[in-house]
Amino acid sequence: MNILVGISQVPDTATKIAIGADGTSIDTKGVKFIVNPYDEFALEEGLRLREKHGGTVTAVSVGGESAKEVLRTALAMQVDKAILVKSEVNGDSFAVAKQLADVAKEIAADIVLFGRQSVDYDSFQVPPMVAELLDIPSITMISKLDIVGTSVTAERDIEGGKETISASLPCVVSAQKGLNEPRYPKLPDIMKAKSKPIEERPASTIAARTQVIGLDLPLAKGKGTILGDTDADITELLKLLHEEAKVI
Amino acid sequence: MKGTIMTAETEVSIPKGGMFLIEQALPEAIFTPEDFSDELKMIGQTTENFVENEIVPIIPRLEKLEAGLSEDLLRKLGEMGLLGIEIAEEYGGIDLPKTASMLVAEKLAPSGGFSTTFGAHQSIGSLPIVYFGNPEQKAKYLPKLATAEIIGAYALTEPNAGSDALSGTTKATLSADGKHYILEGTKMWITNAGFANLFTVFAKVDGAKEKFSAFLVERDWEGVSTGAEEHKMGIKSSSTRMVMFDKVKVPVENLLGEVGQGPKIAFNILNTGRFKLGAGALGGAKAALGIAAKYSLERKQFGQTISNFGMMQEKLAEIALRCFAVESVVYRTAGLIDDAIGEETDGFKRLKCIEEYAVECSVIKVLGSEILDFAVDEGVQIHGGYGFSAEYAIERAYRDSRIQRLYEGTNEINRMLIPGMLLKRAIKGDLPLLPAAQRISREVLDPSLDASADDGLLGEEMSVVNNLKKIVLMLSGAAAMKFGPKLDHEQEVLARIADIIMLTYASESAILRTRKIAANGGETALHANMVRVYVHDAAEKAATLAREAVCRFVEGDDLTVYLSTLRRLTKHAPVNTVALRRTIAKAVLEANGYPLHY
Ligand SMILES: Cc1cc2nc3c(=O)[nH]c(=O)nc-3n(C[C@H](O)[C@H](O)[C@H](O)COP(=O)(O)OP(=O)(O)OC[C@H]3O[C@@H](n4cnc5c(N)ncnc54)[C@H](O)[C@@H]3O)c2cc1C
Repeated sequence: MNILVGISQVPDTATKIAIGADGTSIDTKGVKFIVNPYDEFALEEGLRLREKHGGTVTAVSVGGESAKEVLRTALAMQVDKAILVKSEVNGDSFAVAKQLADVAKEIAADIVLFGRQSVDYDSFQVPPMVAELLDIPSITMISKLDIVGTSVTAERDIEGGKETISASLPCVVSAQKGLNEPRYPKLPDIMKAKSKPIEERPASTIAARTQVIGLDLPLAKGKGTILGDTDADITELLKLLHEEAKVI
Repeated sequence: MKGTIMTAETEVSIPKGGMFLIEQALPEAIFTPEDFSDELKMIGQTTENFVENEIVPIIPRLEKLEAGLSEDLLRKLGEMGLLGIEIAEEYGGIDLPKTASMLVAEKLAPSGGFSTTFGAHQSIGSLPIVYFGNPEQKAKYLPKLATAEIIGAYALTEPNAGSDALSGTTKATLSADGKHYILEGTKMWITNAGFANLFTVFAKVDGAKEKFSAFLVERDWEGVSTGAEEHKMGIKSSSTRMVMFDKVKVPVENLLGEVGQGPKIAFNILNTGRFKLGAGALGGAKAALGIAAKYSLERKQFGQTISNFGMMQEKLAEIALRCFAVESVVYRTAGLIDDAIGEETDGFKRLKCIEEYAVECSVIKVLGSEILDFAVDEGVQIHGGYGFSAEYAIERAYRDSRIQRLYEGTNEINRMLIPGMLLKRAIKGDLPLLPAAQRISREVLDPSLDASADDGLLGEEMSVVNNLKKIVLMLSGAAAMKFGPKLDHEQEVLARIADIIMLTYASESAILRTRKIAANGGETALHANMVRVYVHDAAEKAATLAREAVCRFVEGDDLTVYLSTLRRLTKHAPVNTVALRRTIAKAVLEANGYPLHY
């Protein structure tokens, strides 16, 4: 089975985010980067598919030089091959999806796995876009995956229950927390990963279809007011909602 | 000047242990966290993730000493290769540089008492065999220790032999047929005793002092038993018990090293434990800073978060900048040790390389454990009454930290070791301390010879450091002259010298690290601010310490000369430490904790 896993590098979830001088990107100065947490589930699932069905796992990342770090982690987790599509510009979801779809096509991937979202820009768009570009099925936010022959059965958690979906290979899936417990790379494998090659290729020029015009940090939380439950309080509440919060 | 360590095949040129007092290293020659390789970072990150996901959530269960839990965690770490980090490949390990074991120790710290469990197994429980085992002993035990199929422990202390560890009464008598040693005695405070399978036990053959020796004793052997779990103040998740040996038949093959080698084994193993202990304490201090910073951002009083208050900020800044200094010391020393070891694979020769930096290892142990206690104490203070509640993580951190100043040599014992070892090395001719002291005494008398000015980045601070070195040399020389062989009885003076040595090494390491970052084009505004405050306070503390020491043994006109010299040597431009600490605090609050990462 030809398994492709897309991984991205994101700021550590514990980092306080600052907006860059351009006003449209995250300031990366002094920021610690990690593997996008949802991608770890995708990576683990890819490795498990290989253990079950044989084949090779290729990890791919679109990004700058520093994205090699996440690919090294993937190599330490024992993927067979790592590809860096080198692009220093922050493309939109479509541009990234197009690069990834090209790689999937090139290696004739039977299955492409992603995390459900990248926790930096949170677009949720890349996995279904890749599927669209390849004209193959996509199942997002899966919490269980079974493959028998070419038939795929996946479960998704939905509000108050679960949904079971079937499709056939080749397909794209995106991973939800709970899909599996990602393994920890072993120290000897970490040491070996440094001498494994990372295949680098330039990104093809793809015009972005959207453009970020501004990023803003959430407003500081205002002061709350707690009212009682008498009729007078209800009148007061209506007044506050109307006059102060101006929502009604 | 460079010292050399001769090894059989190679001659490596490296700075000698203690050399920092005599000579200023070049920034590019010191190792810093910024020099970590990608693999090392990945090892650190993997350990951090494991601790966060697998250990921290079960700390309440670990604290109840739930059966099998610690052993399971050790086995998982074994599978990841973390237990074999100092074991040779042929025995199932991966044998990484000491920097890696220090980083792992640092990253394990937030797991609380479990890091003691880990250290007792991986460090003092396994290393006696790594360094002193014969090939049969290594083959028999190391592969199993590397996977935690068996768990190790180190049994040196006895009810009546603590700091004076060699005074123990545990006895080993060779059996009539010469096949066994019969072991009798009681060991106290033995970490991992509840479940360890293998103990390195120290005992005197025939009860003779000069035959103090180490034995590998399996738990299953007849006559080995343990007492009840100790009720401890902290690190409750670690198992600590007495271990009793009642006529235990230890096969002669299980003598470790030779009869009489016990002291060498005991002290070398404690020394290799110390640098990891210091690194672990640093990790604990950073974790406490993170907890305290986050709390201060949430807790509101007087209509604002307490993080807005100057006195809260000052505490956060002070923890952070002391962490920066200790971190610079920890990894500078790691680099020295790894450089000295180089490609050496022979265990004894490696130990020699580590022993070379025994002074630095003691410095790390004391500085690390004391910054940790400072951090958790201020951490509780920042939490107010909530810090006194077991519901909050800082409360456990406060209790857990206290042990670090006690074991692996109390901080008093390590304070004695620092000047003691330096003087011994000087007398043996291993360290040119005496010529340096003579040079200094001339310089001190004739200020025109003074060469302490430094115009590099943080030059003002570096000249303070240069002067602190002079104070150390001056005080040690004068005290040695005055007291001669009775210097040992002047612990108060020696401890003060030790403190100034520590402040010196920490200050210099932090400056050199900052210079190295700057030379490599890095941003150093925050680093430099931390250094400025640290060195300023170091100079103030050193001035007081030196004055107290001098007043002990100099009188009359001589005292006047000494005091004015000390004044000159500790003089420094005033620094607005309040403003600097506020800036540092801002960085801490923005980062939700320690503001640097690697
Ligand atoms: C939780 C825990 C785990 C431990 N784990 C282990 C283990 O796994 N294996 C093991 O072998 N041991 C272990 N120990 C023992 C530990 O190393 C000793 O407790 C320590 O060495 C101090 O010895 P002591 O408690 O007898 O104190 P003492 O030696 O009685 O010291 C009491 C005080 O006197 C001071 N003092 C002693 N001598 C001097 C001196 N010459 N000059 C100045 N001051 C002096 C000390 O600094 C201290 O302040 C552990 C202890 C604890 C509490």
